Amino acid sequence: MALPVAFFAAFFAYPVAAIVARGLKVDGAWQFGRIAEVVSQPDIRHVLWFTTWQALASTALTLLIALPAAYVFARFDFPGKQVLRAVVTVPFVLPTVVAGTAFLALLGRGGLLDEMWGVRLDTTVWAILLAHVFFNYAVVVRTVGGLWSQLDPRQEEAARVLGASRFAAWRKVTLPALAPAVAAASLMVFLFTFTSFGIVQILGGPAYSTLEVEIYRQTSQIFDLSTAAVLTLVQFAAVGAILAVHAWTVRRRETALRLVDAASTTHRPRGSGQRALLGGVLLTIAALILLPLGVLVQRSFKGPDGYGFTYFRALTSADGGAFLVPPIDAVGNSLQYALAATAIAVLVGGLAAAALTRRAGRFVRGFDALLMLPLGVSAVTVGFGFLIALDEPPLDLRASWILVPLAQALVGVPFVVRTMLPVLRAVDERLREAAAVLGASPWRVWREVDLPMVRRALLVAAGFAFAVSLGEFGATVFIARPDNPTLPVAVARLLGRAGELNYGQAMALSTILMVVCAVSLLLLERVRTVSTASTGEF
Amino acid sequence: MPPVSTSTEATAVSGAAQALLRLEGATVRFGARAALDSVDLDVAEHEIVCVLGPSGSGKSTLLRVVAGLQELDSGRVFLDGRDQSGVAAHRRGVGLMFQDHQLFPQRDVGGNVAFGLRMHGASRAEQDVRVEDLLELVGLPGASRRTVAALSGGEQQRVALARALAPRPRLLMLDEPLGQLDRSLRERLVVELRELFTELGTTVLAVTHDQGEAFALSDRVVVMRDGRIAQSGTPLEVWQNPVDEFVARFLGFDNVVEATVGTGSADTPWGKVPVPGGTPQGDCKLLVRPAGVRLVPAREGLVCTVAARTFRGTHVAVHLQPRDAPPRLEAACALRDAPEPGAEVGVAFDAQEIVVLR
Repeated sequence: MALPVAFFAAFFAYPVAAIVARGLKVDGAWQFGRIAEVVSQPDIRHVLWFTTWQALASTALTLLIALPAAYVFARFDFPGKQVLRAVVTVPFVLPTVVAGTAFLALLGRGGLLDEMWGVRLDTTVWAILLAHVFFNYAVVVRTVGGLWSQLDPRQEEAARVLGASRFAAWRKVTLPALAPAVAAASLMVFLFTFTSFGIVQILGGPAYSTLEVEIYRQTSQIFDLSTAAVLTLVQFAAVGAILAVHAWTVRRRETALRLVDAASTTHRPRGSGQRALLGGVLLTIAALILLPLGVLVQRSFKGPDGYGFTYFRALTSADGGAFLVPPIDAVGNSLQYALAATAIAVLVGGLAAAALTRRAGRFVRGFDALLMLPLGVSAVTVGFGFLIALDEPPLDLRASWILVPLAQALVGVPFVVRTMLPVLRAVDERLREAAAVLGASPWRVWREVDLPMVRRALLVAAGFAFAVSLGEFGATVFIARPDNPTLPVAVARLLGRAGELNYGQAMALSTILMVVCAVSLLLLERVRTVSTASTGEF
Repeated sequence: MPPVSTSTEATAVSGAAQALLRLEGATVRFGARAALDSVDLDVAEHEIVCVLGPSGSGKSTLLRVVAGLQELDSGRVFLDGRDQSGVAAHRRGVGLMFQDHQLFPQRDVGGNVAFGLRMHGASRAEQDVRVEDLLELVGLPGASRRTVAALSGGEQQRVALARALAPRPRLLMLDEPLGQLDRSLRERLVVELRELFTELGTTVLAVTHDQGEAFALSDRVVVMRDGRIAQSGTPLEVWQNPVDEFVARFLGFDNVVEATVGTGSADTPWGKVPVPGGTPQGDCKLLVRPAGVRLVPAREGLVCTVAARTFRGTHVAVHLQPRDAPPRLEAACALRDAPEPGAEVGVAFDAQEIVVLR
């Protein structure tokens, strides 16, 4: 318990406190008036309004498109289902930068739609919304579909026998059981889109800016740290409120439902209606998820003189001028940082999860919620906080390479905790007692009882932490040094420069990043399919 | 503090002479409620003791205290005369079979049985031999490679028993050993267990809420109520002479009534009832066993109406409502003598089947 608490105190609470002090303390005196002052500026109000409504719209759109898929994945049996389930999860672990780039290749200037029909959607809000759906599709399919597949269909049948119509049975029996999962998924989607950074940064253009993007702009372009700090506080409050509601719905979700083995509830689609539904869902997945990724790969190979490895080759030289080093070096940097971040995240998150399992009470619940904060409290805040807090003794890490993995680990820890906690909680305490009575010391109990049961979850958690660290953009962009860029930072920098070569290189680098992420996810999926139910909520 | 420790050791040593397990004033509180309320209990070597009580009476807590899984708020536990305070569960050398077995799901049958042996550093060869022996003993020869999930409830119970016996614990504890099995299996297994423990000379402390199980299994029964020991004795003693109304009712006797004892008989709502000679005079409670409720012609005894009959296999339980509306009576009748519901009968009492309660 001590290590996770210390970790969060030093690398989360302290930087956040530093931001607050920076924003609200003028000449040593607290100036709370600054908050009202900043929030009342018209352009800031516009940012707040846009942030909120685009998040609401994204959430609604995601639910609309993903709920049928949740049903299809929960109840239908069809060839290739496992692979497809993995495929729809790929976007969730993809770096936002890659998603942004992929949609740019599809909808942007010179993109596929532009070439074919002259349609451009970048710099419109539609590009942002579609990219958000792309991203969060899996959240809904997994959270809602996971529960749906375990709901006992006989409950609905019981209602039918008692005289309810098919729709009434669904509405009275299934929907109420599903509602907490839908609420939890919606809140997660709302949270992710509310704090969206990479996608809005790349697709939004100058017209659209979320709070997160505005904080970044205020810090790195306008250098108005005080306004940025106030905006951070506003976002902090909003995220805190969302998380509180989320924690509440999660507790509601834990109310006893009669769950059955998911394998027993599926069947082949029957009749034209069900086949049409399946077809529609498959088409949506093709258009929304496979197409952007496909176009991204295609663009990375399509140079000015036909298909080839021109852009990939260009990545190996520093001549492009965007960097001090060849962009391909970013691959090595990213992998090293991500490995270090994974190690930290698994250590801190694993210890936190173990501590949370063994104790109960209000303090623990509070810590549980606190662990979720970095997930929602915007990577930009974390990066910004690191920048202003960790640059002087006692914690001067400015020059140390560990700064980047630390920030990435902070984002990875919630995933590790979320994945490990349900599994650890599922280990029956009396199983540990049985081992102890048979002569196992506490350490051996952990090795002989806990470890075999959580090994799988630990792997999955490490994989998620790795993928998340690899794609982390918001915090890293603040603190990665110019001569040591990570992949997402390099992509963003290439996109920010004019010229076809830079654009092509960005596409090529994104493709590499996508492949690394997709491969690590597919490996995870293999580990996970053996026991789907026992590995947390992501 | 030499004087103090000397006196402690003296008790410990004298305890070791008779008892393998000794509890002195064992007390455990969960909040304001005492799950164990200064319990004193001795279990001699080779003895089979069964703690009997309704759920919530503290019997599982008793086992957890002995195993070292639950700390005492006060009192002490001695094993072989040695004070166990501060000794961790894995160093106590006792065996505990859990209520729902708690087999390790990721290990096969052999892996489960060998677990305790591995923890005690037995060699691979030793483990294999002992696992085969034990599986043979519990009636599952050659089941070593089977997965735990593929076992039936009865088989799981046998594996759990083999696992608990494997490290040769000096004391074996069983928590509701047969609780989840169906009735016929339970009746068969309880006989098997008793034979097995007698043969092995195992010292056993079991807890159960099922009196049939307790009586069939044990040399001595300890009845618990609200964290205290209500009565202790051989199954026959307890069955014949329950000490108070709680024990009597828990054993299934419902003919308990307030009484005032005079000379040779007592006044009760059922009229005058004979009591055994030497019963002290005054207010008390009386238990009339169903076998001591004799049916006689209506004019010769307490007049009752037959309210219901329950077929019990070897006899019929006849529920009688006395005419002047005092508490109901239960009588045990031979099958062919049982009167029809609604019939009017007389009741007389048998002095031998009457127990004076505290």
